[in-house]
Amino acid sequence: MIFESLSEKLQNVFKKLRSKGKLSEKDVKKAMREVKLALLEADVNFKVVKKFINRVTERAVGQEVMKSLTPGQQVVKIVRDELTDLMGKTSSQINYSPGGITVILLVGLQGAGKTTTAGKLAYRIKKEGHYPLLVAADVYRPAAVKQLQVVGERADVPVFAMGEKNSPVDIVKASMSFAKNNGRDVVLVDTAGRLHIDETLMEELHQMKKAVHPHEILLVVDAMTGQDAVNVADSFNKKLGIDGVILTKLDGDTRGGAAISVKAVTECPIKFVGTGEKLEEMEPFYPDRMASRILGMGDVLSLIEKAEQAIDKEKAVQMGKKLRSQEFTFEDFLDQLEQVKKMGPINQILEMIPGLNKNKLKGLNVDDKELDKIQAIINSMTKQERRNPSIINGSRRRRIAKGSGTSVQDVNRLIKQFNQTKKMIKKFKNMEKGFNRMNMPFFR
Amino acid sequence: MKKSLFEKLKSSLTKTKQQLTGRLEKILTSHKKIDEGLFEELEEVLITADVGVDTTIELMDDLREKIKQEKTSNPEDVKDVLKALIQEKLKQYSGKLPDEYPLVIMVVGVNGSGKTTTIGKLAYKYREKGKKVLVGAGDTFRAAAVEQLEIWANRADAGIIKHKAGSDPSAVIYDALKAAAARGIDVVICDTAGRLQTQKNLMEELKKIYRVITNEAPKNAAVEVLLVLDATTGQNALSQAKLFKEAVDVSGIALTKLDGTAKGGIILAVTNHTHIPIKLIGVGEGIEDLQEFDPEAFADALL
Repeated sequence: MIFESLSEKLQNVFKKLRSKGKLSEKDVKKAMREVKLALLEADVNFKVVKKFINRVTERAVGQEVMKSLTPGQQVVKIVRDELTDLMGKTSSQINYSPGGITVILLVGLQGAGKTTTAGKLAYRIKKEGHYPLLVAADVYRPAAVKQLQVVGERADVPVFAMGEKNSPVDIVKASMSFAKNNGRDVVLVDTAGRLHIDETLMEELHQMKKAVHPHEILLVVDAMTGQDAVNVADSFNKKLGIDGVILTKLDGDTRGGAAISVKAVTECPIKFVGTGEKLEEMEPFYPDRMASRILGMGDVLSLIEKAEQAIDKEKAVQMGKKLRSQEFTFEDFLDQLEQVKKMGPINQILEMIPGLNKNKLKGLNVDDKELDKIQAIINSMTKQERRNPSIINGSRRRRIAKGSGTSVQDVNRLIKQFNQTKKMIKKFKNMEKGFNRMNMPFFR
Repeated sequence: MKKSLFEKLKSSLTKTKQQLTGRLEKILTSHKKIDEGLFEELEEVLITADVGVDTTIELMDDLREKIKQEKTSNPEDVKDVLKALIQEKLKQYSGKLPDEYPLVIMVVGVNGSGKTTTIGKLAYKYREKGKKVLVGAGDTFRAAAVEQLEIWANRADAGIIKHKAGSDPSAVIYDALKAAAARGIDVVICDTAGRLQTQKNLMEELKKIYRVITNEAPKNAAVEVLLVLDATTGQNALSQAKLFKEAVDVSGIALTKLDGTAKGGIILAVTNHTHIPIKLIGVGEGIEDLQEFDPEAFADALL
């Protein structure tokens, strides 16, 4: 894929000019071609890319290359900064009305993830100390009302529903008086998915808007959306006027270029991103991280932050020392696994690491259930075995398998994984060196 | 009054067509001769249709070659050459659902791609053919997914096998296959929960369901694994197609939501890279809005 190797390509473009001090127009143009392809592969809209490239080229040509950076890094830094700028400042807050009831309308195409997002948002609003009411205004999709009711139950937030026979306009109107009478201060309306070119249904949204004067109309956009994202966002914005965007399904491997497209055409802040199907899996939007992701640099910042939250610093220092002196044992492995488990789903974490693509991780078969198994196996080893894995012979392997309720194959696999982990850790170590040297992980 | 298949496809793709054709025609008539500027603009048209960078480059290379070979000199003929190239690519990997019974169809895809709606339409299609249809409510995860499928099954006049929410989807599908055998069902359609292709555990679960189907389906049954792709999706559809194919040997694609303004050009990249045949397209929320994929009409409507 073009994407994985963007930094490599740029490096090649700039290899020849390591010694030169300024970025020339020719060099920048060459680099910009690669950046352009990368952005297109990431689904950033063509027109948005064109404008962006022109602006960045202008900025980059003639710039002095900073001492600490190579010319390639300098360009990527400019690109990244500009992308970050383009996506705006962080503003992941819900704008509550200073008095009375706050009304929030969730709108978007079919299958964007409105109902799931409604649940997550309600959960968040409740945690912020408010009293939300979910309103089931999707009367078209079969069982949509029921779905919201289940979601509301999980979030422990009441759901206002009037079945599927009433018009959505009447439903939102009625929900307002219900909220008033029941002490709810935020009304969160889940509307039916609709095409932005469906005049009738767009008009219906307009009527709903007129009926309840929402404080926020949030457009829910699937992060995997392609070039059409601009048309969708533009239509919803023109016909309805949106106040913010929620980007969903960002837990997959999509680059999420739609974020840039949507922001560029609507100028509305992206408030939150959905990163899973659970209620709590909605995070604030960070433009800088998104820029890195779109450029394929890995979500290094997220990783560092997550690691800081969970890992016991002292232990980490000890571990680091051990790793350097190559005394890494199964005991440490177990210890480390426990730390890693605290950080959240292991696959999510591994995916954030730049330079580690999934293919390389294939041999390292770690998902969360697997971790429990590994723990059981290590717990069935003697201290001696844990410290010196090379003594684990066939009969020891059979004993360990029996003791942990696994098979000899499982034990074999773990020992293999252990050795691979050792190798991988070496890699981390190299990356760490890279960090210290130049603050940026690309171009190792 | 029912529209003919071609009319429906055309009308559903009109917006696509209007947008693209308008621009394409302008591009072609604004150029006096075939030059680099023209190619660049064509490239833009393809990229904006989500065809993707490398498939676009490939198509453009082929186009240059063909134009050279055929000594095309009129810019207005370029469209036909390009259309022929696209048709050729699509034809190579398009197909139909098997017309043999008993038939088991497993439906897979990411969240929100339109699996349940597609199943409803499929069930209806086979009922119209006079087949006995049973759907297996294999999405036991998403809230109210079973209820949603049940409503579609009722609309299509198909039977349904369901378990409680949260139960093992493989068990539901197992029961559906057993029930189908006992009742002499012609077509079993198995729903599965939406999942992102990168979720390892969920992909393992999908493999298990697939194993149940291949083991428990009658020996003489045709098995189809249908991947539902949202036409609005960009380049990620490639990753979806690759990883779902790896997991459950996808044998056909249904491209949904073609009634919007998205051009669905990603399907070119998907077939180009994965060789999975496109079999169906979804063009609306009505129960009849599912059509067999027609490469010629599609390419025609796309340009």
